[in-house]
Amino acid sequence: MHIPDGFIDVQTSAIFAGLAAAGVATALKGARGQLDEKTAPLAGLTAVFIFAVQMLNFPVAAGTSGHLLGGALAAVLVGPWAATLALTVVLLMQGFLFADGGLTAVGLNVFNMGVIGVWAGYGAFMIMRKLLPKNKSSIAVAASIAGLLSVPAAAVGFTIQYAMGATATFSTTTVLSAMVGTHVLIGIGEALITGLTVSAVLASRSDLVFGWKDNKTVLEIKHA
Amino acid sequence: MLKNRKFYFGGFILSLFLAGILSFYASSSPDGLEKVAGEIGFIENAKEHTNADGTLSDYGVKGIENERASVGFAGAIGVVATAVVAGLTFKLIARKPGKRKS
Repeated sequence: MHIPDGFIDVQTSAIFAGLAAAGVATALKGARGQLDEKTAPLAGLTAVFIFAVQMLNFPVAAGTSGHLLGGALAAVLVGPWAATLALTVVLLMQGFLFADGGLTAVGLNVFNMGVIGVWAGYGAFMIMRKLLPKNKSSIAVAASIAGLLSVPAAAVGFTIQYAMGATATFSTTTVLSAMVGTHVLIGIGEALITGLTVSAVLASRSDLVFGWKDNKTVLEIKHA
Repeated sequence: MLKNRKFYFGGFILSLFLAGILSFYASSSPDGLEKVAGEIGFIENAKEHTNADGTLSDYGVKGIENERASVGFAGAIGVVATAVVAGLTFKLIARKPGKRKS
């Protein structure tokens, strides 16, 4: 999912660098209201864990692999604002240290994985949490479904960028169906890892999990 | 409930294990985007990364011949570096204004 330099033209990359920067700035503000000294270390560990698991590409179909994106996972564990920041740290590390994801494409990648992936995942999680019974296993199931949907959502993000500023001339609909089709499969892996990880953290430290706090607290925090 | 120290130490060691040891067994097939780009044909538009010759590029430590050691060290370095950067970032964000030194 990490876009290299050259796929998307400079103008479009610059637009998304601006959008990503605005998203990160808003997330910095939002995270101040959501994180405290008790939950901040979990946000750090979430970034570390996502970096590690993103190295573990799993096979999805003949000759194709995928890896965790982690946006939904992070949103459930530490809230959407801190999740955007965690993903941004991971993507900057990958782009600058490991040559994974182009440097002119940093904004494109932060936007797709750190903004779309996080917020699509968070939205799906909140809806599922409302629909399911209020217990820990429902939280893990809701997180899994959020993970599943967040991956094709990020793939749609790429397709929008492709439509706006592709350096190639292949049709956007071809790219859209291929991207979504492949990334629904990768989403199944995302769902498994997200569900397992959320279950494990709920079993060991449910007091730290953002998505497990009752609805009222979440609303208060959101308005803060 | 696990004690803070046990929980965070456990999570960090697990991450080190995943990035430092298990990563060697990860699939090396192209990922979703690369696959799509290859099949449709726009993969040729990809440019080489600015730091393609960097010390840690493509998750390997330059100069270490053994592939298992190379990816393992790169992963471990990434885990530690992410822990430092993310740890400091979130620590600063969570600090309450009243406690801030001016």
